[in-house]
Amino acid sequence: MLILSCPYCGVACDETELQPGGEAHLTRFGPDASDADFEGYLFRRKNPRGVHFERWRHAYGCGKWFHAARHTVTLEVFGTYPAQVTEPPPDILDAIAAKVPGWEPSS
Amino acid sequence: MSHRLSSGGRLINRANPVSFAFNGRTMRGFEGDTLASALLGEDQMLMGRSFKYHRPRGVVASGAEEPNALVGLGRDHSYEPNARATTTELFEGLEAETQNHWPSLEFDIGAINARLSRFLPAGFYYKMFLWPRSFWKHVYEPFIRESAGLGKPPKRRDKDHYEHFNVTTDVLVVGGGIAGLTAAMAAGEAGSQVLLVEQTAHWGGRAPVDGPQIDDMAPNAWVTQVVSALQAMPNVEMRNRCMGAGVYDHGYALLSERISDHAPDKAGPRQRLWKVRAAQIITATGAIERPLSFAGNDLPGVMLASAVRDYIVNFGVAPGKRTVVVTNNDDAYRTALTLKAAGLEVPAILDAREDATGALDEDARAAGIRVITGRGIASVIGKGRVEVVHVCAQDSDGADYEAIEADCVAMSGGWSPVVHLWSHAGGKLTWDEADAHFRPDPDRAPKGASGEVFVRTAGTASGALTTEDALVDANRTGQAAAMALGHKARGPAPRAEPESRQVTAPIWLMPENAPYEKRAKSWLDFQNDVKVSDVELAAQEGYESVEHTKRYTTLGMATDQGKLSNINGLAVLAKSLGVAIPDVGTTTFRPPYTPVPLGAISGEAQGALFQPIRKTPIHDWHEANGAHFEPVGQWRRPYAFPKSGESVEDAVAREVTTTRQSVGLLDASTLGKLIVKGPDAGRFLDMLYTNMMSTLKVGKCRYGLMCSENGFLIDDGVVARIDEHTWLCHTTSGGADSIHGAMEEWLQTEWWDWKVYVANVTEQFAQIGVVGPKAREVLDAVSASFDLSKDGLPFMGWVEGSLGGIPARVFRISFSGELSYEIAVPANHGRAFWDMMLEAGNPHGITPYGTEALHIMRAEKGFIMIGDETDGTVIPQDLGLNWAISKKKDDYLGKRAQMRSHMTDPLRWKLVGLETLDGSVLPDGAYAVDEGDTVNGQRNTQGRVTSSYHSPTLGRGIAMGLVERGPDRMGEVVNFPALDGSPQEARIVSPVFYDPDGEKQNV
Ligand SMILES: [Zn+2]
Repeated sequence: MLILSCPYCGVACDETELQPGGEAHLTRFGPDASDADFEGYLFRRKNPRGVHFERWRHAYGCGKWFHAARHTVTLEVFGTYPAQVTEPPPDILDAIAAKVPGWEPSS
Repeated sequence: MSHRLSSGGRLINRANPVSFAFNGRTMRGFEGDTLASALLGEDQMLMGRSFKYHRPRGVVASGAEEPNALVGLGRDHSYEPNARATTTELFEGLEAETQNHWPSLEFDIGAINARLSRFLPAGFYYKMFLWPRSFWKHVYEPFIRESAGLGKPPKRRDKDHYEHFNVTTDVLVVGGGIAGLTAAMAAGEAGSQVLLVEQTAHWGGRAPVDGPQIDDMAPNAWVTQVVSALQAMPNVEMRNRCMGAGVYDHGYALLSERISDHAPDKAGPRQRLWKVRAAQIITATGAIERPLSFAGNDLPGVMLASAVRDYIVNFGVAPGKRTVVVTNNDDAYRTALTLKAAGLEVPAILDAREDATGALDEDARAAGIRVITGRGIASVIGKGRVEVVHVCAQDSDGADYEAIEADCVAMSGGWSPVVHLWSHAGGKLTWDEADAHFRPDPDRAPKGASGEVFVRTAGTASGALTTEDALVDANRTGQAAAMALGHKARGPAPRAEPESRQVTAPIWLMPENAPYEKRAKSWLDFQNDVKVSDVELAAQEGYESVEHTKRYTTLGMATDQGKLSNINGLAVLAKSLGVAIPDVGTTTFRPPYTPVPLGAISGEAQGALFQPIRKTPIHDWHEANGAHFEPVGQWRRPYAFPKSGESVEDAVAREVTTTRQSVGLLDASTLGKLIVKGPDAGRFLDMLYTNMMSTLKVGKCRYGLMCSENGFLIDDGVVARIDEHTWLCHTTSGGADSIHGAMEEWLQTEWWDWKVYVANVTEQFAQIGVVGPKAREVLDAVSASFDLSKDGLPFMGWVEGSLGGIPARVFRISFSGELSYEIAVPANHGRAFWDMMLEAGNPHGITPYGTEALHIMRAEKGFIMIGDETDGTVIPQDLGLNWAISKKKDDYLGKRAQMRSHMTDPLRWKLVGLETLDGSVLPDGAYAVDEGDTVNGQRNTQGRVTSSYHSPTLGRGIAMGLVERGPDRMGEVVNFPALDGSPQEARIVSPVFYDPDGEKQNV
């Protein structure tokens, strides 16, 4: 059971305090989108063995959504950060690069 | 025969005899016995029957790894199946019964399976499915159900209670043997906060039986001293009878503590489940001895060598009078020496190795025991228990060398570290050639949140098999855990004498070239009846993966999870496949280590405490007035209010009729109420609802639909605009929390720059519906600060002020088709307002009504209900709700999805009304059949019933349903067969059955 620190209230949350929200940094596609873009937005999700960016909500705490960057195999957590961004912030990317040599963000 | 010795038994108190019942027979043991040791003391070697062949089985082990001696404990309200006799502490009045036999343990008709064993090979269950379907259902399944299976589930409610503990600690040490004690001491002395747990009732593990000197002390004395020292340390907490059940991500561990299993009269919970967060976890879980695979190794009387000496030293019980020891390593010599010291006969030690030159071997010879090297067991013969041991050369096909009369065989196939907890959290294993076992690979340890090692092993659990090595390893591990937490740790390990030890020979089959008939009697998994020949057959049939072989043969899938069988089984598989053991690998170790009762897992969360019950401010009145309740989410809502002597159905009909003819009163407080406020609130609601909410005028209400991004309808309700920047969104009773959550999610994660706040005020208000032609007269009877006339408050308007002296918001909305007002008052005024309305309505015969009357009245009007007409696959367009979908908006949640080809398919099932030809009520959920069959040979379908009621207003059944092209087929008759296949014909009609022009509410 994971522990993730909520970047809003600072609490080190047990996984049972959190609501999972799947892959982070999705781009919403609306009525003008092509079938392929809309399908990608609705259904296509990454499921990497390795570095992954996820959405979590501090559901039984402050109620805020946040993002976590973690390793899906070792379960190492590289950092958590507020959800109001469209891509991982530089300090998170630096933390990953320091721990996972050769890792590059995929598009 | 097994018997109690006249002296000895370090754990029993001979001054305190204990009587217990075994299959109804009274037997005696002593305080301190386990059920298994007490049974052996009474010469009760036979303790169960095996799963598949119903072979007679005796106890093999002395601890948690026991596969055979499973019993049902207690009776009625305190019955527990599949309890291991070896870990069940004896108490006065204990009742145990054996399992898996019929009619009796001694005479079991199922044992015929054994004679059919040729026809019940590996993969038997899978192969059966290929046979004719009718055979499976009528022949094999009844046979298997009758003859297979271990303990039966309890029939009565568990009388005991259980609790959960939530604990955090620096260091959790699992295992209270000498390694666990040493590691706990090392970590504790360095200043770490330590929780040390031991699954048995005793500290010290095997050391007091095996007898090594530690720090120049006898092991008992050393253990006593260290336990006292640890107990005196304020930063060390110790619990025995507390098993490490599982280790999970980021330092989470589950412990299962038995509080009163051994003392049923003790007050308090029976068991406690510990939920631990530890920064560091040390597994000092020891090792388990492996059986040897020879023909007849499952006969009662064939036991692990370590168990034989446990019973002698700990309980003063001898499993036999003449014991043959068979081994591939030095350790079993200890058993021979223990037997000899207890005055028992040891006709021979059969050592499969060519040489036996270790120190213990010399001791055995010096004690006058005949040691025969290079020999093994060809077969053990006996009727229900060991009688004769046939000896052969290990390097042979089993040709008889000599026969030895014996009543017990002590076998040792070497020792395997208990790696379960290490593996649970992802720790990897490495194959150790010298000791022929898998041990934890410290370079591939489980890692925590910041990438640090958080599980370490200590002692024999690391693969350190001598006392000296185990103590050094445990001390180092305890210190490493403390240092990982920033403590300074130093200090020498406790000292033990070095041992001269020979390597363990990798013997996986005895004798090496045993022919088929021997391999088919050489058991690997005792509990699930898997033999060497079964694993070989699986390999022959093409199984290469150990995980697949496990499932195909059921090796290691019994309640013991293969603690004794796994390594032997995969060694046989490796040999059959012609690959090295490490290349076959192990199966996955999964928690719990031994079974944990479901009661302990649910803890206090049962009965009234299973989940909270939400009550409206008027709940007490409902209870006092005989409401028949139904659960709606966590709410309890009145379904109807039957009067004394009135049936629930009659009450529902009366409530509908009275409301339609005069006036009814509804507690609608559970309705979700969300305040959405801010400069961008209108824009936000235009995205959330399919229709336009930003243009709603202050003082007005609008019915709205909410969809998911998949396009499916998820909620509906009336939205009222409160002021320029504030909207009040009513949601369904069950949807308040999820819709609030969805609003927050979109605001926080997609439109975080929009200036909007959302507050869930559901419980801040009581909401009461005054419904029916007399509704206005009822409200006019109390003073109001606003005009409630037809024009003063028109349909879909709302006003705010004071009603009967209570602050109130009055919404003129209707879910029944009647003249209807919904009045929201602050929750603490809810009951007073309810009482006021009852009084004001008295002259009109006002009736409170429940959810069923509400449902019927909405169905009579063709209003949809989320969860009836919707099921997560229905879009608003399916329900004829296109009028509530704005065509002016560029975007709303679900709009793009509703443009997908499947959503615009003209063949989609759409909402219609359904009228049975004979006036009867269609079963809810019934399907309409169509011509032809599906590929599975079932009838094609063309629709289904979504809501169905008897309408008291119309005096017949009415229903709503989704039917293929339904709205284009008005007047057509379709068939909704009953469960027995008989036809039920219904005509497709408009879903609005009552007052189609809406005249009743426009008054
Ligand atoms: Zn938080």
